Amino acid sequence: MPKTEVKIIGFLCNWCSYAGADMAGTARMKQPASLRAVRLPCTGRVNPLLVLKAFREGADGVLVSGCHPGDCHYNEGNYYARRRLEVLERMLPALGIDPARFRYTWVSASEGAKWADVVNEFTQQVKQVI
Amino acid sequence: MIGVFVCQCGTNIAATVSTDRVVQAAKSMLGVVHAESIQYTCSDPGQRAIIDAIQQKGLTRVVMAGCSPRMHEITFRRAIGRAGMNPFMLEMVNIREQCSWIHSGIDETTEKAIDLVRKGVARVRRQKPLQPGSSPVARRALVIGAGVAGIQAALDIADAGIPVTLVEKSPTIGGNMARLDKTFPTLDCSSCILTPRMVEVKQHENIKLMVNSEVEKVRGYIGNFEIDIRKKASCVIEEKCTGCLICQEKCPSKAPDDFNACAGESKAISIPFPQAVPLVASLRKEYCRLFISGKCSVCQKVCPADAIDYGQEDTVVTEKFGAVVVATGFGLYDWKQSYPTYGMGMYPDVINALKYERLLSASGPTGGHIERPSDGKEPRDIVFISCIGSRDESVGRPQCCSIGCMYMAKQAILTKEHIPDSQSYIFYIDVRAAGKGYDEFARRAQTDFGAIYIRGRVGKIYPRGGKLVVMGTDTLAGDQVEIEADLVVLATGLTPAEGAGGLARRLNISTDGQGFMAEGHPKLKPVETNTGGVFLAGACQGPKDIPASVAQAGAAAAKVIGLLSREEIETSPMVAEVNQLKCTGCFKCRDVCPYGAIENQDAMGGQVAHVIASLCQGCGLCNVACPPGVISLKGYTDNQLIAEVVEVLR
Repeated sequence: MPKTEVKIIGFLCNWCSYAGADMAGTARMKQPASLRAVRLPCTGRVNPLLVLKAFREGADGVLVSGCHPGDCHYNEGNYYARRRLEVLERMLPALGIDPARFRYTWVSASEGAKWADVVNEFTQQVKQVI
Repeated sequence: MIGVFVCQCGTNIAATVSTDRVVQAAKSMLGVVHAESIQYTCSDPGQRAIIDAIQQKGLTRVVMAGCSPRMHEITFRRAIGRAGMNPFMLEMVNIREQCSWIHSGIDETTEKAIDLVRKGVARVRRQKPLQPGSSPVARRALVIGAGVAGIQAALDIADAGIPVTLVEKSPTIGGNMARLDKTFPTLDCSSCILTPRMVEVKQHENIKLMVNSEVEKVRGYIGNFEIDIRKKASCVIEEKCTGCLICQEKCPSKAPDDFNACAGESKAISIPFPQAVPLVASLRKEYCRLFISGKCSVCQKVCPADAIDYGQEDTVVTEKFGAVVVATGFGLYDWKQSYPTYGMGMYPDVINALKYERLLSASGPTGGHIERPSDGKEPRDIVFISCIGSRDESVGRPQCCSIGCMYMAKQAILTKEHIPDSQSYIFYIDVRAAGKGYDEFARRAQTDFGAIYIRGRVGKIYPRGGKLVVMGTDTLAGDQVEIEADLVVLATGLTPAEGAGGLARRLNISTDGQGFMAEGHPKLKPVETNTGGVFLAGACQGPKDIPASVAQAGAAAAKVIGLLSREEIETSPMVAEVNQLKCTGCFKCRDVCPYGAIENQDAMGGQVAHVIASLCQGCGLCNVACPPGVISLKGYTDNQLIAEVVEVLR
């Protein structure tokens, strides 16, 4: 039976995805109430251990979202994030965590609709595997 | 001593979040001594209530649950600052954009709001007072692009006594407006309005004009940009050239006439148009016989001023700027591939409106006589088609070009003036004429100048006996329409100017789905960008007409003047900090820092890392890279982030 209520931690960069999430809100794009966003200056500030900490504390899913590669407010922060998170994603099975509960993605400040889609899809995905 | 204030935002929040339940929950959170719900926290009485509570209850930390921090963080920092608190002892909790507006069930929405407030309380409990730094401001502005918006911005800034460098990539300033014949809705002659401004730019003591130049590299930050500008070789010594045009006359190499939207032909060495500023020739090597085959140098022989220098090389100038205005304008959508039924460019008499504008212009290639490109005949029946590559989802371009309806009406009026027995037909979707005097103008095209407006799209254009058959629908009459036209003019959509995307990346500003540069906030920061000190003017931010471009340029100039009238600016205190006692001196932080803000320092009996606070932009990359975890981003410390995660999942 898929779980109906899930809690997802979102680590969002201030410049792109947090602004994109705001834009989805301003446009009243309905989303499941699953996501709790933590605002950061940059996805490059996301320590992979922080993601694991969230899982350890009981998060059903963790979503990291930042600026598109090439568009980072700090020039290259999301490149570091991409490498770190790519490695993390591959390590998750070894730690006993279904990688379907983790996602990293790029959503810009003008992509409100994309943000709503990401939250909807990822919530569905997490519900399937929890 | 934490105070929690829950904003109802009228019903924006209160409709889906039970603010009372949030307040009740907040009261039991660790460290919270005061919690209340306020109808509008950002209003004057709202801010007053917060200040009173701080002073009466002796609050030392504040959690504001309401709109996005991107909206009002500054507002509330100032408010608690007025109450005598350190402005950074504030945490904004977003229960509007990311909560009340996107969920409907009051229980789940309230539960989420409580989670978010608990997260905010945990975070602010670990917040330390921060003191903003300051950095000096370079008192010079850079304006990129010298169309009407760039010219206006440069003049406004220069008139305030601030030195400006105006960079233009083409050989002359003036931009797209210089190519227009008349302007709507007054039918003012475009160059009569613009050229005096262009001359003013050239003569202004505070403006340094650089044509044939592009921004190559951008370093630094608000108040302290260091920018490389490449001046491309034009093979003409600008100071010597008198603009006599003899070189252009004698040049044997033909070249496309970009200025005239390729309605005419130009030469490899040329001055784009008679009122060009600066009035200086420039040579395009790709069309020059000398550079292609090695034989020529006619221009050098005939030049009476000895201004030709074939060996001229690009130069790169590096300058310091306090602020940047981007005014790169627009380009036109290339319709040929997306509208195959219009002939894909095979019919010479299907042209875009800018080319038509050049045919109307007295300074254009035909001297203001309308001659159709195929055979030079004067057209009688002219069809205008709106919304080509705009308002058309089928080609992925949903945006309105915002000027097409108006310039089609203008061109129909001008056509009638040029050729009294002509007939204009305008295929339109809606006539969007929302500006001052616009609707009256568009109606005059029908009532006084006999333009026939047909509501509908054109499905196909094909040639028949020297004419073009335009097949479309009239959706009001519910009929098929077939018009035999001599000339078809397409109102093509606007795109960002060529190269705007690369410039945006160099300046580190974002772009929207169509590639236009993104403003800081659609309502409240229409000329700012997300990068401090970089402002937008004109159509680089989105399609707009001349009055709107000029207005935005003035607004951008005002922002620049405000910024550069200060000697120092406040810098964010949210920078990295090293605990040098525990630093092992591996310098991984230094290696990842995009700003060179970390240096080696002799301390603690060895080499350790040290953050140059004025260079640090607060990205936090170093924070993650540090193996012993002793470099930390103030305001986003590991402790704070872990606490947020733990509390929100509690």
